[in-house]
Amino acid sequence: MIRYLLKRVTSGIALLCLVSTVTFMMVFGATGNVARNILGENATADQVTALNSRLGLDRPLMVQFGDWVSHAVRGDLGPSWTMSESVASALASRLPVTLSMVTIAVAMMALLSAMLGIAAAVRGGWADRAIQVVSVAGFAMPNFWLGLLLVLTFSVKLGLLPATGYVSFSASPSAWAASLVLPVTSLVLSGIASASQQIRGAVIDALKQDYVRTLRARGVSPRSVLYRHALRNAMPAALTVLSVQFIALLGGAAVIERVFAIPGMGSLTVSAALIGDVPVLMGVVVTLIIVVVLVNILIDFLNAWANPKVRMS
Amino acid sequence: MSDIDTAQAPIPAASQRRHFVRSVLTNPTGLVASLALLIVIASALFAPLLAPNDPSAVQIFKVNAVAGDGYLLGGDGSGRDIWSRLVHGGRNTFLGALITVVIAASIGVTAGLFAGFYGRKLDLVARWIADGIMALPALIVLLAFYQALGASIYLSMAVFGVMLSPGFFRLTRNLVNGVKHELYIDAARVSGLSDLRIITRHILLSVRAPMVIQTSIVAGIAIVVQSGLEFLGLGDPSTPTWGGMLQDAFSNIYVSPQAILWPGLAITATVASLVLLANAIRDRMQQGGAQVRAPKALPLAVSEPLPQAAPDLLLDVRDLVVAYPANDGWREVVKGVSLSLRRGEVLGLVGESGSGKSQTAFAILGLLSPGGRVLSGSILFDGIDLGKSSEDEVRALRGKRIAYVPQEPMANLDPAFRIGFQLVEPMMTVLGISRAEATRRALKLLARVKLPDPERVFRAYPHEISGGMAQRVLIAGAVACSPDLLIADEPTTALDVTVQAEVLDLLRDLQKEFNMAVMLVTHNFGVVADSCDRVAVMKDGRIVEINAVADLFAAPAHDYTRMLLDSVLEDGETRTYRPPVTEGMRA
Repeated sequence: MIRYLLKRVTSGIALLCLVSTVTFMMVFGATGNVARNILGENATADQVTALNSRLGLDRPLMVQFGDWVSHAVRGDLGPSWTMSESVASALASRLPVTLSMVTIAVAMMALLSAMLGIAAAVRGGWADRAIQVVSVAGFAMPNFWLGLLLVLTFSVKLGLLPATGYVSFSASPSAWAASLVLPVTSLVLSGIASASQQIRGAVIDALKQDYVRTLRARGVSPRSVLYRHALRNAMPAALTVLSVQFIALLGGAAVIERVFAIPGMGSLTVSAALIGDVPVLMGVVVTLIIVVVLVNILIDFLNAWANPKVRMS
Repeated sequence: MSDIDTAQAPIPAASQRRHFVRSVLTNPTGLVASLALLIVIASALFAPLLAPNDPSAVQIFKVNAVAGDGYLLGGDGSGRDIWSRLVHGGRNTFLGALITVVIAASIGVTAGLFAGFYGRKLDLVARWIADGIMALPALIVLLAFYQALGASIYLSMAVFGVMLSPGFFRLTRNLVNGVKHELYIDAARVSGLSDLRIITRHILLSVRAPMVIQTSIVAGIAIVVQSGLEFLGLGDPSTPTWGGMLQDAFSNIYVSPQAILWPGLAITATVASLVLLANAIRDRMQQGGAQVRAPKALPLAVSEPLPQAAPDLLLDVRDLVVAYPANDGWREVVKGVSLSLRRGEVLGLVGESGSGKSQTAFAILGLLSPGGRVLSGSILFDGIDLGKSSEDEVRALRGKRIAYVPQEPMANLDPAFRIGFQLVEPMMTVLGISRAEATRRALKLLARVKLPDPERVFRAYPHEISGGMAQRVLIAGAVACSPDLLIADEPTTALDVTVQAEVLDLLRDLQKEFNMAVMLVTHNFGVVADSCDRVAVMKDGRIVEINAVADLFAAPAHDYTRMLLDSVLEDGETRTYRPPVTEGMRA
């Protein structure tokens, strides 16, 4: 168990190093126009040169990388090129917003997919058909278009929910919840589309196992066979789906935050990408990889709980 | 003999290929999806003919105009024709999707073929990279790379292709691993074909259909992500795109709300057709292996009124017919079996695989595999007609009065729970006793089935004990509530020869101790001779002979029985070979 986790952590750190390096080479290797982007069309050549030198872009790429790494390991991701705060503090204020939204979305998705998937596995019928419809609709409808339709219906036409804007939880929990209803709804549909299908398949597989017949032959109640035994054995497959969907939702949040004007990682990334605020982009990528690695380790723990064979190895 | 046949098997003739395409197209979903896709692609190709206006031409008085007056779907926020932009936008969408698909497929399939075929280190490295790429939020990476890639959306879509290549990689790798040990691949090797020829000719052909499915799925993802990037403002603003149109419509949502419908509908319809087409192909591929729905026209299970069972019979099965749904109605696996058991009697049920003996046993337990049904006949247990009892009533008998010992000990313990819990839970449910009392009894039972160190076994998980120990655990579980009837389905087949005798001894001792009736399903006459009072011989779902063991061995009445007995005597050793299980059913 310890060795297994150690392996996953090492693998995660290797991934982090590899992705940071590639990303750095890509984004810092192409900073030719950044100074002009920031200064605007009317800047003189001297001003551009001066800014390049102030940002350290006139140094060789490897020197810049060494400099970035030596600061990054101490948690210093440098100053933003376009905002008046450091990358670390910008991330610190944005990450909780995105994480809370994505976590709620993943939880909702897990709950709804499990309900739908189990119902379809056990009963078939309407639940099966619902899964078929949702799986096509959720896949084919871009989440931001769904978001736009929701804004159009519930905010513009009906005026029930706020169209845009985010209220922090500490300011007003009820307003916070209201501001998340539409974004979370737009995020979860595509997740439910794939997760419910996979959970359905995993539960059907689990119920086909020989030990299910033996448990039933011993007089164990159908409820316990399904919810205790089959579900526990379907867990590893469901957890894999959750980890894939968590990553997908982190990406999907970028567009959804734009639609609903939510000040999270996504909107930070989009504005940094459009203007070329390279340190912010580096910071976003590194932070999200760490989040993904941590979530995957958490899922490994849950997997070990559900599957004793993993725990022992 | 069959090597030559199978060597040709995976290369379908051209006519078969045409047949496959036709059968996908005759499926209504497949047809509608293909037509819709064709229309969207054609309208993108012939956009200049279909678009009445230049997609970039601005008419200032038609800003956010309603439909009509030359603008079929109205004007956008800058006064451009929405319809013209819509058909032109398809071009950029399809080109982007094409780039993504081509790059994802060529990287993924190549890597998958080599990793699957050569395996080992290459496979390990490739899998780590694939897992790593899949752990990245693609949209964020594309945003981060945007400045480096420049304003062209196509470069972004090429990078996205790299990020989607793991899907193709995994698929190809798994498929190659599945086929590379097939006989026809070995045959090709022996006949001296080079690895490259084998990979391209044999393996690539056999993985083709899943590739088509993966391609349409990836194309769908690409279209959605590309529109997302364009919606965020990436890409060339002078090109009409569906995502860009949505961005424009979003900024004018209060003035001209209907404008957000058209580009979204275009994306959704296109991607939905891709998914539905993939589903149609998948359905076509799975035909045959798929679960068949129960035919509705056939009669429900009925049990005819019967003369009262003899009072000393514990189990009285009459004219039992068990069937599973097949393409052309019901396929009967048990065709009118009658047998009976007295209290304390041991009946052997003998036959080859597929003779229907296990299905007879499952029918008595009320635990047929999904889809299976008792079509006619009756099962009387201690005077209770199981066919007329509700599921709950039958369940109340299971475990308590009718118990079951399965064939494969390791597959019959839930791998996720400790052995102790798997003994304690049924006892608490069936006997309504406390957890402490159930634990005490479980430990006693484990000791009774002669397991060394019962406490350790109680705490162990199934994967920590041997097959022989697992079978003892299962026997302990079966006799936990002192049942009247024990149904043992080939209880020794999966065990080592040395363990077989011990397990049979244990079953015999327990039978005497509890005075249970035992129905011992087996294909082994040696087991029958050792343990049974009477024996029934099954063939093709029917009982061909039923008699006392000594009489049957002395004077087998049926040719089939004679043949089975002869084969035992000739071989000396009874056979322990088990043919592969088909369609999830054992018989």
